[in-house]
Amino acid sequence: MDKERMEEYWKRNLKIIGYILVVWFLVSYVAGILIVDWLNNIQIAGAKLGFWFAQQGSIIVFIALIFIYCKIVNNLDREFDVLEE
Amino acid sequence: MSTQIWIYFFVILTFGLYIGIAVWARAGSTKDFYVASGGVHPVTNGMAIAADWMSAASFISMAGLVAFMGYGGSVFLMGWTGGFVLLATLLAPYLRKFGRYTVPDFFRTRYYSRAATAVAVLCLLIASLTYIIGQMTGVGVAFSRFLQVSNTVGILIGMIVVFFYAVWGGMKGITYTQVAQYLVMIIAYTIPAIFIAFQITGNPIPQLGLWSGYEETSAFLLEKLDSVVKGLGFNEYTTYFRLSKTNMFFYTLSLMIGTAGLPHVIMRFFTVAKVKDARLSAGWALLFIAVLYTTCPAVASMARLNLHATVNKATLQDNGDFFAPGNSLVYEDRPQWMKNWEITGLLSWEDKNNDGRIQYYNAGTSNQSILDKAAAAGWEGNELTVNRDIIVLANPEIAKLPGWVIGLVAAGGLAAALSTAAGLLLAISSAISHDLIKGMIKPDMSEKGELMAGRIAMALSVLFAAYLGLNPPDFAAGTVAIAFGLAASSLFPALMMGIFSKTMNKEGAIAGMLAGIGFTMIYVFAHKGFFFIPGTEFLGLFGGKPNFIFGIEPNAIGAVGAIINFAAAFIVKNMTQKVPDDIAEMVENIRYPKGSGEARGH
Repeated sequence: MDKERMEEYWKRNLKIIGYILVVWFLVSYVAGILIVDWLNNIQIAGAKLGFWFAQQGSIIVFIALIFIYCKIVNNLDREFDVLEE
Repeated sequence: MSTQIWIYFFVILTFGLYIGIAVWARAGSTKDFYVASGGVHPVTNGMAIAADWMSAASFISMAGLVAFMGYGGSVFLMGWTGGFVLLATLLAPYLRKFGRYTVPDFFRTRYYSRAATAVAVLCLLIASLTYIIGQMTGVGVAFSRFLQVSNTVGILIGMIVVFFYAVWGGMKGITYTQVAQYLVMIIAYTIPAIFIAFQITGNPIPQLGLWSGYEETSAFLLEKLDSVVKGLGFNEYTTYFRLSKTNMFFYTLSLMIGTAGLPHVIMRFFTVAKVKDARLSAGWALLFIAVLYTTCPAVASMARLNLHATVNKATLQDNGDFFAPGNSLVYEDRPQWMKNWEITGLLSWEDKNNDGRIQYYNAGTSNQSILDKAAAAGWEGNELTVNRDIIVLANPEIAKLPGWVIGLVAAGGLAAALSTAAGLLLAISSAISHDLIKGMIKPDMSEKGELMAGRIAMALSVLFAAYLGLNPPDFAAGTVAIAFGLAASSLFPALMMGIFSKTMNKEGAIAGMLAGIGFTMIYVFAHKGFFFIPGTEFLGLFGGKPNFIFGIEPNAIGAVGAIINFAAAFIVKNMTQKVPDDIAEMVENIRYPKGSGEARGH
């Protein structure tokens, strides 16, 4: 793989990590802590939305995030032919 | 069978199972059964990581803390799961590609010096030792209930058992033993939760029961809980912050980056077959851990309600009057679980108004109308003290579940506490005997000498941990949180910069780690005593006011320590020699998954 393509691979990889970590930050720090009191005004069947994010929602999103990341980055590896089979 | 016999039955059965698997796995190791070169499937590896991960803090302590902290306890739930996202994206795949066996190995190679390795080992030791103190607290709780002795005796017995367990090998590193341990722990945690959820909400899935209606009343579970705790003068369950938003932010961050900096978790990612398996292992590990972590909030809220329902009948009624005569529990009629825990000293009752009944409320509330009502009813202060660390173990008894469920929970709690404590002792002993003594001080030491040094290190650590476990700096999960803060402020930044920065040199890494952990230790010890020894606090040096930096509590300060670590590293890096070319090339090389080969020794 030439140098340019390697740099391109790394840039795209960092971008993917960036997106993943933005969502990671939004569901936990933003929804679960920073704007939790505001989200708590929204109630679904007795459940306060902010409290839900802090105690359950964020964890579910974390799991989804890792599996989504694996999928996307495997495709990237394949595209740049660096995936180990 | 009586409850006590069920407890013995399950404890002996499960430990027999672990030992059986360990013996079987060792015998079969020649037949490529346990493939050291990394043939562990990501699902299996994920389960083993989950077992390593779930210690006394997660299993025994966390739900109790959430039960009493309510929303504020979310820092543990988010903090101890979110770190896996960081592990999967920022560390695991690159550490795998790097191809070393242990964290000190990584430092020796990436930061090309003995000094950097020594500092990393020192940080690792401080974090692990603090972690063990938390485990000993949990071990004490489990043993005191299990053997029906005082908490002190429980810790002393636990100390001896942990030591021998660790010397024997702790059954660590044998993936299939850990898979069995995970299964025992998760069954022990979820079965009572399922029973209780069904009992009080009609929904057998705890994760859903949390949002369902409460018993005979017309309210939702959490609404009911909010109104009960508020009615007794406690803080509202679903909204009360742990100190402040700032504190909760840093607390969560500290636990998350601490997760990604703890050597016993990171090590697991070195030994998978491929880079993509390293990422996937983190995903599976989190999925398995999440079974416990999403059950925890349900266990917490239901246990809190059940506790109130036990001591005050008004809890079960719509708009019940907590202060009505006859609603408080008569002490002589108290259930068996209270008697059992009174023996351990972790639950106690003091009849302040001599009426023979248990009054349980927040006598320190600022709500004057509650204080007036309490005074009118002849209450003279809160009479019940419940240690938060007993909640999970007492939970099935509080809910009047059958004896075999209680036995199962005891077995799960012991497995959680013993396995992690033993694993940490092994990590400490190898760091001292192999990395420090043999690697730096006395390279010609014989294998026998190394083993002996390791055992002495283990014995001293367990004694130290037990001494502090008798007078713990916090509840089990709180102490473990401090350990995470120490790892967060020292190892995580150095690991991350080692991977993502081609220019970070040894001087920068060393300065960063020393600044980060130094700052964190000073802040924690100022509040909790020098190495947690009671009576050696030095808050006076900082004006005597606790949480003096932005109102952040010592358990949460590790995140600030990490920021200091990054800053110090970059400043020192720019003032010192450039990183050697071959190291920069190596960092470039770990970015691309292909050709990672097998894990290499040094």
